[in-house]
Amino acid sequence: MSENMLTLQKVTVDFSGFKAINELDFQVAPNNVHFVIGPNGAGKTTLLDCICGKSRATSGAILLHGKKDLTKRSEEKIVHQGIARKFQAPSIFHKLTVMENLEIAMKQKKRLFAMMKAKWTKTEKQSIHDMLDLIDLIEEKDELAGTLAHGQKQWLEIAMVLVQEPDIVLLDEPIAGMSKKERDKTGELITKIAEDRAVLIVEHDMDFVKSYADIVTVMHEGQVLFEGSMDEVQNDPKVREVYLGRKVEEDADNTGA
Amino acid sequence: MQSTIIQKLLGHRIIFSILFILLLTAPLYLSDFRLNLLGKFLAFAILAIGLDLLWGYTGVLSLGHGIFFGLGAYCMAMYLKLEANAGGLPDFMTWSGMSELPLIWLPFQYPIVAIILGVLFPAFLAFVLGSLTFRNRISGVYFTILSQALVLVLVTLFVGAQNLTGGTSGLTNFETLFGIPMNEASTQTMFYIITVVVLAAIFLGCRRLVNGRFGNVLIGIRDGENRMRFLGYNPSAYKTFIYTLSAAIAGMAGMLFVLQVGIISPTMIGIIPSIEMVLWVALGGRGTIIGPVIGAVLVNAAKTGFSESYPDIWTYFLGLLFVLVVVFLPKGLTGLFETWKARRKSQNVGKHVDVAKSYR
Repeated sequence: MSENMLTLQKVTVDFSGFKAINELDFQVAPNNVHFVIGPNGAGKTTLLDCICGKSRATSGAILLHGKKDLTKRSEEKIVHQGIARKFQAPSIFHKLTVMENLEIAMKQKKRLFAMMKAKWTKTEKQSIHDMLDLIDLIEEKDELAGTLAHGQKQWLEIAMVLVQEPDIVLLDEPIAGMSKKERDKTGELITKIAEDRAVLIVEHDMDFVKSYADIVTVMHEGQVLFEGSMDEVQNDPKVREVYLGRKVEEDADNTGA
Repeated sequence: MQSTIIQKLLGHRIIFSILFILLLTAPLYLSDFRLNLLGKFLAFAILAIGLDLLWGYTGVLSLGHGIFFGLGAYCMAMYLKLEANAGGLPDFMTWSGMSELPLIWLPFQYPIVAIILGVLFPAFLAFVLGSLTFRNRISGVYFTILSQALVLVLVTLFVGAQNLTGGTSGLTNFETLFGIPMNEASTQTMFYIITVVVLAAIFLGCRRLVNGRFGNVLIGIRDGENRMRFLGYNPSAYKTFIYTLSAAIAGMAGMLFVLQVGIISPTMIGIIPSIEMVLWVALGGRGTIIGPVIGAVLVNAAKTGFSESYPDIWTYFLGLLFVLVVVFLPKGLTGLFETWKARRKSQNVGKHVDVAKSYR
């Protein structure tokens, strides 16, 4: 148990009667790319929401390194514990430049008075520069973030998550709306960042999941239906019934049309 | 690229220095009457900068800054009133049948205390209101309504407590400050110079505050408060701080206003003036520090100009001006300037690209 970075114990998120997550037990291990899949309404995004404090667990506990319970902490305190989140829709700051977006996101003292005195240090400049290099936005660093292409916005947001130097990265559909090339690059990026932290990703794209997953959790109606490698997931009859089967049929319909 | 940034900085610095010198030397080329008016406008400009920190940068619209302006003004006026009566009771208190100075007036016998309270009192009120509302995540239009309610409540209190505040007629008939006669031209010139210096200090201080990383955090809070929480910030603390700061600045503006105008009454700090203050910022251009200064001076100059030339219908002109700006210049006058600059820049870039293409 203790080797898990994050442990959810019987977590329930109740939206006035509707249990988006129902007594969920779930673990995130370090240095893994951990995908969560499942049909719409299975509670995937709610899972991310309750880890980062956007939605509150009605009951149960979320333990970090087996001890600290996160369920009662404020959103920013959870961030300070080393959990960073990328949302589904790119939510970068359009009126700030690429550089300024990273500047306010990066790991630093974020309290009021510390921020007033904040100045660029050499290490900060270097690490932001490296990050810009990694996401290929060096030339755009002084452009307003609002003017970036969609894929670039997604990367900027992933970069804003990474510069917080978190232990656990939560990504919600990171490749939505990306081209094939951009997907590959994002996949490489994810593999790279998982080298020294845990990555938990909600994703619909099965090919992407297959290419990069270390472990896959299938959720259904607020609970874990199955957990294992992608091969095991694909061969599990229960999973095929509630999710993959349906998905295959839909795909067949789409190609037919 | 480097050199253009330096040029731009220098350019700004030169423009601001020229403006500052022009304002400082205004006593040489303006009549006493006009100078007094300009001084009043500049006091308003100080308030507008603070209001814009809150609205333009942090995204919190307060329709109640009149009250912070008023608290500053009343603090100053209470001292002036006491000094004018040389230790005796202010006239309105005698009329309401009071025989000794009420407790709340006692600290205002000392000018330094009055000046300090003129800043601290509005700041304290804003801090209390701000921390209560922002911590409970009351924001947007709900906060705006609350800020308006605050004005209504306090103005009603001011009017009601006739024996303490002078009621609807407010406080006036001041004579001296630190023993110096207030109504003499030389004293008024001094007040004007002080106003210009305070304006410059607030201007530079606020510019410094918003131009660095701190300002980017404020813009982040304005454009995505929840997103900032998930980057590890506590937006409530930032909003409370800026609200408190802008209230303190409004208090300062109120004090400078009383010194130059010589009267403060509830009608000058109520709902209508509070809304007007927001319009100065909107007209000048929010999200810049120079915008609100331009807005405050222009709107008030227009108000004076219209009311002198068309005493019967001048309010219609003012209304029309506001409608035109809101419809055609949503980003205010500085927005107009910025669009022009952006257009020029994109034209240059366009040329650049054409040249590059022609070599292909």
